[in-house]
Amino acid sequence: MIHVALPKGRLGESVYALFEQAGYGCPSIREKNRKLIFENPEAGVSFFWVKPSDVAIYVERGAADVGVAGKDILLEYAPDVYELLDLNLGRCRMCVAGPEDFLDDPARSLRVATKFPNIARGYYSSLSREIDIIHLNGSIELAPLLGLSDVIVDIVETGKTLLENHLAPLETITPLSARLIANKVSYKFQYDETARLRDALAQAVKKGEKAP
Amino acid sequence: MDEQRYGELLGRSESMKLWLRELYTAYGYRPYQMSKFEPYDLYAQNRSFVAGNSILTFTDTDGRLMALKPDVTLSIIKIYRSGQQKVCYHEQVYRDTGASREFREIPQAGLECIGQIDVYTQWEVLTLARESLKRISDTYILDAASVGLISGLLAATRANGETEQALLGYLRGKNAHNICALCEREGISPDLSAIWQELAQLYAPASRALPRLKDMCLNDEMRQAAEELDTLCRLTAQDGEVEIHLDFSIVNDLNYYNGLVFKGYVPGLPTGILSGGRYDNLVRKLGKQAGAIGFAVYLDLLEQLPAQSRGNDADVLLLYDDMTPPEQVMARAREMRRQGLRVRVQKESDQGRYGRVERMEGGKRA
Repeated sequence: MIHVALPKGRLGESVYALFEQAGYGCPSIREKNRKLIFENPEAGVSFFWVKPSDVAIYVERGAADVGVAGKDILLEYAPDVYELLDLNLGRCRMCVAGPEDFLDDPARSLRVATKFPNIARGYYSSLSREIDIIHLNGSIELAPLLGLSDVIVDIVETGKTLLENHLAPLETITPLSARLIANKVSYKFQYDETARLRDALAQAVKKGEKAP
Repeated sequence: MDEQRYGELLGRSESMKLWLRELYTAYGYRPYQMSKFEPYDLYAQNRSFVAGNSILTFTDTDGRLMALKPDVTLSIIKIYRSGQQKVCYHEQVYRDTGASREFREIPQAGLECIGQIDVYTQWEVLTLARESLKRISDTYILDAASVGLISGLLAATRANGETEQALLGYLRGKNAHNICALCEREGISPDLSAIWQELAQLYAPASRALPRLKDMCLNDEMRQAAEELDTLCRLTAQDGEVEIHLDFSIVNDLNYYNGLVFKGYVPGLPTGILSGGRYDNLVRKLGKQAGAIGFAVYLDLLEQLPAQSRGNDADVLLLYDDMTPPEQVMARAREMRRQGLRVRVQKESDQGRYGRVERMEGGKRA
């Protein structure tokens, strides 16, 4: 039996749909009840929903054998897990954003507000740029509007929120999407089952790409 | 005293220390006890070899900066003089671990062999690694890989330092899709990209993986590494035990390791419990002309295995009242202990688990 940690929310819904297409559905998951764990013994899987940022923790610690996590979480927390497949869902990018007319002044350190301090630090240190990180937990777009920071490092999907606040994506740090991750030990003890699941999901991803 | 009794009395980690020492000394590895502290310089020069980022330091009475040892291998290389040194140890190391970034004392057992390292020596160390795993669990997995094969492949790939690090990172994460994207971006040929991807995804018993591995070789360094791996896997297969699997995600720092690397796993633990390999490069970095191979068993992980059912705290709880003279309490307890029973004596009952309860009231058994 493979235990799967799915991220709660909109991304999780489409991820589950992909598992369903790949032949790993679990009908009881659609029922409205208060159950926390959903099993399909015939397909050899069980699912549970957790906070998206917690998926990697469940998998790294072996409470889940596999899980689906955003590349943003994997880059930020660098959990010790295998990243087996790009599921091509929830596509967006990690960007530096700021006022539309922003001009960087290299004579002073750049103030960067973000939920992703490790990603921001890694990016700017690769450019040898001195920065001052302001770690926020939400409403990142507010920071440059109120003069709290010069720029932000955040996930940009459509860029609509930025646009409405006269902000713009300035640089793309990396494209993001949902990834299938696996615990390094259960991958080995359940190699055949995990490889079968990965291959079935890869097929489903391919089909999804072909369809408009 | 029998094996089970030891296990009950000592707990998993403590009794395992005993069994592993028995195993290693049977192969002539000499137990070696080292000092808890080392000069900080020893680690400062080899920081990336020492797992974790922080080292616990303090200033000694003579003003020297000292460290609580975060690692055992460096200390053992330090004492190497000449010839062949075979030592085993069980030691506490101090490291910051996990997301909490707090220092922890980690019990570790293992062995190191420094000197001339030939095929026999490597086979012996692999055998001892397997025997160690068998002591821990009936079901286990032993994975192996060759660092030489990867450094050969890196030489053939001719990428810059940053790309090399990224390739190794993706290899360790079995991340074939990012290898594919990186190779495209960096102009690495599709043939090379395909080899990197296949190596990342490779996980198979040695007998199945080796022919495929030999087909991938692009230069002498790779061919020699594949040959060596082939020889060792064939020899260990003769033992009639579970076959070694090849997995290149276990390849670690190329600055320290060179040939064979291996890792052991048991069910119920989220990470590997045994890790080892050939580290000639590290020995040379420390200025000694010798080869080396060894492994460590992380005993702290044993406590994470599903709990064994907790036995009774004692076979008999003997309760007494104010009217019973101490001589009579002691005499009764002694009598029962002579029968081989574990007896706990106190005035009042508590939450502990006991086989039975016996009371003495006014000097008599109630």
